[in-house]
Amino acid sequence: MSDLVTSPQFKANARSALADVDLQNALKHVEVNFIAKRREVADRLPEFERLRDSARDIKDHTLAHLDLYLEEYERRVVESGGKVHYAVTAQDARTIVLDICRALGARTVTKGKSMIGEEIGINAFLEAHGITPVETDLGEYLIQLRHELPSHIIAPAVHLTKEQIAADFRRAHVGLPPGRDLTAPTALLAEARAVLREKFLAADVGITGANFLVAATGSSIIVTNEGNGDLTQTLPKAHIVLASIEKLVPTLEDAAQILRVLARSATGQEMSVYTTVSTGPRRAADPDGPGEYHVVIIDNGRSAMLGGEFRDMLRCIRCGACMNHCPVYHAVGGHAYGWVYPGPMGAVLTPSLVGLDKAGHLPNASTFCGRCEEICPVRIPLPRLMRHWREREFERHLSPATLRSGLRLWAFFARRPSLYGFATAALARLLRLAGRRHGRFRWLPFAGGWTRTRDFPVPQGRTFQAQWRARSRAR
Amino acid sequence: MPDQRGKRVGLFVTCLVDLIRPSVGFAAAKLLEDAGCIVEVPRQSCCGQPAFNSGDRATARALAEQVIVAFESCDYVVAPSGSCAGQLKVHYPELFAGDPNWLPRAAAFAAKSFELVSFLVDVLRVSRVDAQLEGTVTYHDSCSGLRELDVRVQPRRLLGTVRGLTLKEMNDAEVCCGFGGTFCVKYPEVSTAIVAKKAANAVASGADILVAGDLGCLMNMAGKLTRDGEKIEVRHVAEVLAGMSDLPPIGAPERDRGGDQ
Repeated sequence: MSDLVTSPQFKANARSALADVDLQNALKHVEVNFIAKRREVADRLPEFERLRDSARDIKDHTLAHLDLYLEEYERRVVESGGKVHYAVTAQDARTIVLDICRALGARTVTKGKSMIGEEIGINAFLEAHGITPVETDLGEYLIQLRHELPSHIIAPAVHLTKEQIAADFRRAHVGLPPGRDLTAPTALLAEARAVLREKFLAADVGITGANFLVAATGSSIIVTNEGNGDLTQTLPKAHIVLASIEKLVPTLEDAAQILRVLARSATGQEMSVYTTVSTGPRRAADPDGPGEYHVVIIDNGRSAMLGGEFRDMLRCIRCGACMNHCPVYHAVGGHAYGWVYPGPMGAVLTPSLVGLDKAGHLPNASTFCGRCEEICPVRIPLPRLMRHWREREFERHLSPATLRSGLRLWAFFARRPSLYGFATAALARLLRLAGRRHGRFRWLPFAGGWTRTRDFPVPQGRTFQAQWRARSRAR
Repeated sequence: MPDQRGKRVGLFVTCLVDLIRPSVGFAAAKLLEDAGCIVEVPRQSCCGQPAFNSGDRATARALAEQVIVAFESCDYVVAPSGSCAGQLKVHYPELFAGDPNWLPRAAAFAAKSFELVSFLVDVLRVSRVDAQLEGTVTYHDSCSGLRELDVRVQPRRLLGTVRGLTLKEMNDAEVCCGFGGTFCVKYPEVSTAIVAKKAANAVASGADILVAGDLGCLMNMAGKLTRDGEKIEVRHVAEVLAGMSDLPPIGAPERDRGGDQ
């Protein structure tokens, strides 16, 4: 599924998103609830801004010494009886997971919510090899039923209304009474819970992501609100952790620091409901737990970002606050971005992972309003990184020809202020002559994008500089 | 704070004001002169932000050098726009990072560059203006001024001293209007969806006049409001503070002068 990149069609995606009434209704939830909750919980914590600095510094420090922490982490995992696998590419990661499943004769696999799982397309791959993956996070379960990608990194089904969900349940959960009442959200929850409970018990392998890998202890940490992650990883024969290299932090204390900004930024909670620390497989004295514990550490293009101008992006802790605060995301939702990661963080990360030729629209489709940077818990300068992508696009002549020639013409005049003065003075007079009676144009050549929906003001007459100089001469 | 009277202030009028709405430039000059500054207008075109944000760093640098040289003799550089002032103050030093010749000049230039209203309040310590406007005003925080230059309380404080003016906040005043420079023509549908929300909030505030500090945002908002037939007027904050509210608002026809029909 993750191989289907529709980012090149961002404009068409956006257009259909804007016309989708259900989606527009669902998006209001993001715009109102997430923002208000985050603000409230951040305002309540006097040290919140300093915690953001601290979270940034912890991630920067770890990235600067990533090799050492990776080695330490692997050592600790092995000591606790687990196994670490390194995957350079998405394909490597998929193969590693499949081999583990096959060695155990696995037929079904439960999954906790994992963006890296979406990134490497693990579900489709397992399915193609005869293993049934079952998403156990409610949002992921919903989009799995619909064969969709998540539209938000922490609320994957935020684009759906409860009426759509009820219809999907009636279609998917055959065997339940067709006349059952699914109008209340609690009815939907209860049904999903009952269906998923059987899947948990039947699964041979449980796959989760990781919010943190802790080098000092060899632990992986996930945060969830549903507890599905715990059932996913403790009941089956094996627990596989999928994590990209930047999930490392040095110590449990470091993870605890970042946890203080993670849930607050993401959902406006002080803590997620469940914070689960896993260290190795079941020990002799443990009452439960998986017999095997595997960690697949995935690069998939990230080490190439370490040495370059996009390194700051590797601080990202996947809280989703940037998309929650993004006016473009509010307008078009996550699917318009055309791949796994939407919103401002996706606009920076996606070109790194799928290529600028495919994802070039994403860093361009931003007003640079700066709200994402303002609230990012690890202070990633997202607009600046998007601008770096635009620079690369310009250097490689990937930006549209009309934009390039328009810029060239404009720059020719702008770099010659006297000539610019003549040209703009003439333009101002011409436009005023044409439009002064109405004060605004309803249509202008070469500006259809603007004037289709907005009027354009008629210039007042002579340019400011021409008037100022005339006045100065008269004085 | 040393006395700022008699300081030579270079007015960076911005390309949009120069071409579309010169009255904003005259309003800015009046406010600066009222505060005791000597206003100069070196020959200028554009700060280079369109090139900078389109990834054309070479053109952005060339225009930045041009602006820095043109304003080198001024004590201050002031722009009636948070977006352009942000380019001068925040992004010029970024453009010359690692350049031992130009970085010090860009840094010195950045240090003396300001957005108009924050310059009046924070540097010149202007606490009130001599202006009158009977009506209810709602203020839109343009993004760059707000987030790059911390322009938030200054315009509200001065608007509060305009006789007859009542300030009324709209919902989401700090949310982008969807202009975004070239964004509004590259992604016009998305831009329109964003400005529609802004226009709805402005109208819902019940204010008679929508005011902001950036002509780009103002043109975008006014364009949507007049197209939709809304009655709310749109004006630049400098015009209101300079007592120039008798001008036709943005996008309105010129006043009938008898022979213009």
